[in-house]
Order: sequence, then structure tokens, then C-alpha cells
Amino acid sequence: MIEKSLKLIITFPTTTAAIAMEKICLSNKLPGRLIPLPREIDSGCGMAWCSSPEKSKELEQIAKEEGIEISGIYQLFI
Amino acid sequence: MIYLDNAATTLHKPDQVIEAVVEAMRSLGNSDRGLSSGSLKASRTLYEARLKISELLGCPRADHVIFSQNSTEALNTAINGTIFSKDHVITTDLEHNSVLRPLYRLKKEKEVELSFVPADSKGNLSLESFEELIKPNTKAIICNHASNLTGNIVDLSKISTIARRHGLIFIVDVSQTAGCIPINMEEIGADIICFTGHKGLMGPQGTGGMCVREGIDIKPLKVGGTGVKSYSNTQPVEYPTRLEAGTLNSHGIVGLSAAIDFIQSTGINIISQKETRLMNSFYKGVKDIKGIEIYGDFSLPKRVAIVALNIHDYDSAVVSDVLSDKYKIATRPGAHCAPRMHKALGTENRGAVRFSFSWFNSDEDVNRAVQAVKEIAS
Repeated sequence: MIEKSLKLIITFPTTTAAIAMEKICLSNKLPGRLIPLPREIDSGCGMAWCSSPEKSKELEQIAKEEGIEISGIYQLFI
Repeated sequence: MIYLDNAATTLHKPDQVIEAVVEAMRSLGNSDRGLSSGSLKASRTLYEARLKISELLGCPRADHVIFSQNSTEALNTAINGTIFSKDHVITTDLEHNSVLRPLYRLKKEKEVELSFVPADSKGNLSLESFEELIKPNTKAIICNHASNLTGNIVDLSKISTIARRHGLIFIVDVSQTAGCIPINMEEIGADIICFTGHKGLMGPQGTGGMCVREGIDIKPLKVGGTGVKSYSNTQPVEYPTRLEAGTLNSHGIVGLSAAIDFIQSTGINIISQKETRLMNSFYKGVKDIKGIEIYGDFSLPKRVAIVALNIHDYDSAVVSDVLSDKYKIATRPGAHCAPRMHKALGTENRGAVRFSFSWFNSDEDVNRAVQAVKEIAS
């Protein structure tokens, strides 16, 4: 059985932007990892950054500073 | 064999390029297709390659570095994606068929109008002519950074100033300069630069791409699988995905990425200086031999490491064959896919023998090539 928990999901217009986000988060020691795009957001493939909901503002801010375009920020039980 | 055909492709690659490709072929999945470890590794390494190319070529955004098979595919994408029915294009006599043939086809099929800035007998362009040729329907200027026949480098900043003043898209073919001299697309003022990975960049064949300035709209040449937005009927609009339908040559791009590491650690200026020194040494060694005719302008402050010549009235194909067969020196004869350049130089009938030098050539290579030319001309 897969246990669900509340997660922060950040989506991007391209996988290049998602990979850029991963690189920035790793270099700044921000928690999270890339996951396949959940079907609740879009069933059309792709990848998203998954982290803790309380990191939302921090992650949004660093993406903005680094010029990484974000498509959407969600909180989902997945 | 002494390899002096580096303007066609660099045969000798840094060892780390070969090692990187071998390792990639053992470990990479398909980039942007899921998040298994192999796929993610491919996505990450491609992103690193985009970062390195954006740094090397002065592209402000890594996600505006688009991969293709080679310059030809990049130029076809740039030309067919920005120039439409009844537009007017200004280009030059220096261009390779990778620019000329897409334009000729647009002329035939889409009534696109073409104007050519002529080259003089030294292979130089009259930069003032660009502005004189502008018409109300002019859409773009397309120009070679350096001729693959003469090695002359074009002063692009003057042309980009004209393009900016008139709101034209400025597309530059950097096939012969990328990896050989420092390039900064922002300083050049180019909207699109198209490069190949296997010449001066010393990467594998089957790699290349384009750098696109933010705000430039290119209609995709190919549409198809992207790994994202799979239920959409249309190609995603965001770069680089927009222009990268289908599986990329990740194995080759990893090799290109390793080649750029080699160039950066060696120093592009160091590479440029060595190649220029070899070219000048060869030029000085052959220029006064009786019966030698050399093409291009060797008084220019900057050139790429190419010397094209003919010997007496010999067919260039025969000379190149003798160089290969008797002296074990590889050169390129014939027309070099640059028909208008040959017309300007008056070498339409017999072509020219092109000697082109790379980082991996030596002074001994040059000395033996000079000696071979002397013996053939004697």
C-alpha cells in the first residue's frame, strides 16, 4: 500500500526548467526531489518538483531569482 | 596520415570526448521520458550541456540552447521557422549550401525574395551593401561568421547594427568559428546563431544546435514527441522543447559537453592562437611558391585556420588525391558546398584545395604539407 501525505508540487513549462530547479535546490540545500507529474495536475507526462508545503514561499522565491519559469504550485495528498 | 581537413570535421577528438560517449552509451536513458535513474541522468547531462554551450557562445539563457543534428538542421529550422511567403531575405556570397538551398527552395515554393551581398575577389563583403538592399518586406539577414572556403571572418557587429536599426532578424552561421575563436552572441548582436558540434567544437558528428535570443519566434520544423503535454494536439511553445521533437542524440551531446570542457580548460584563446599560428606558418611557407594561387584575405586581423589554394592549372581533385595518396595528407578538394563563393573567386571550374588546421596539428604537419606543395608545384 502506498501511504499518502500532503506534498508541495511545483510544475514547469519544460523539463529543462524542472532540471534547472533541481540543480538550484541541490546547490542551496533545499529539500525535495523530481517526481513524475501527478495525474491530479496533468496526465500528459512531464516532471515536477516535490517538496514540503512549508517550503512553498522559499522555493517560489529562489525560482524567481534564478529566472526559472514556474507553471503552477499545488498542495496535494499523494 | 596528416589530417588537414578540420573545416570538414575534426577527426582527432580529445580522449575525454570518446570516453564520455562510451560511458553515456552504458548509462543514459531517454531524456525527459520519465524519472527512472537513466532518464534523469540523461535529462541532467543535457541540461549541463546547455549551460556549457550558453556560457561558451554567450547565449543569455540555457533553455534557449536548442540541440539539432548539425548546423544544416539548425539553419533549416531557423530559416523555415522565421521566413514566410513573400518575405525578403538578405544573405551573402559567403554562404554554404546549408543556407542557400533552404533559401532557394523558399524562393521557388513561397515566392520569398532573395538579395545577395557580393564578395570581392579576396572573398570580402561590402558591409555597406546590407543596408542598401533593405526593402519594405525584408524580414531577415543571414550571414556566415567565416567562409568555409577562404577562412575570412566577417565583422558581424556592423551588420547586426543595421539589422537592429531596421527591425530585422539576424541569423548567423557559426559552423566554422564555434570552438575556434571566442564567440558571444550578445556582443555580436545576433538573434539566432547556428552551430555544429563536430568541427571546431571537437565533439561527435550528429551534434549541433542553435542559440535563440529571447523574444524570437521560430515555427518548429519538426513536431512530435516531447515527453511533456502528451495529450495536447500541438507542439509545446516553450524553448527548447518547442524545437526538439523526438529523442535527442544524448550520447553525442554528452561527448559535445566533454569537448566543451576540454576547450574551456585549454582556453579558447590558446586554441585560437595555435590554430592561427599553424595557418600563418603554412601560408608563409607556400605563398611564394611559383604557380600557387591562394584565396582569401590574409591581411584581416582575424581569420579561421583555413588556406585554400590551387597549383598551376591542376584540377583541385587531382592535387588533393596526390596529397592523400603519395604524401598521406588529408585535404578537401572541389566546391566545398559554397557555389557562390567559388564564382566570386573565379574557381568554379576547378574548385580549390583546402588545408584546414586544428588544435591537434603540429608544426611538423605544417612543414610536411609545405614540402608536399613545393614538390607538386615544381
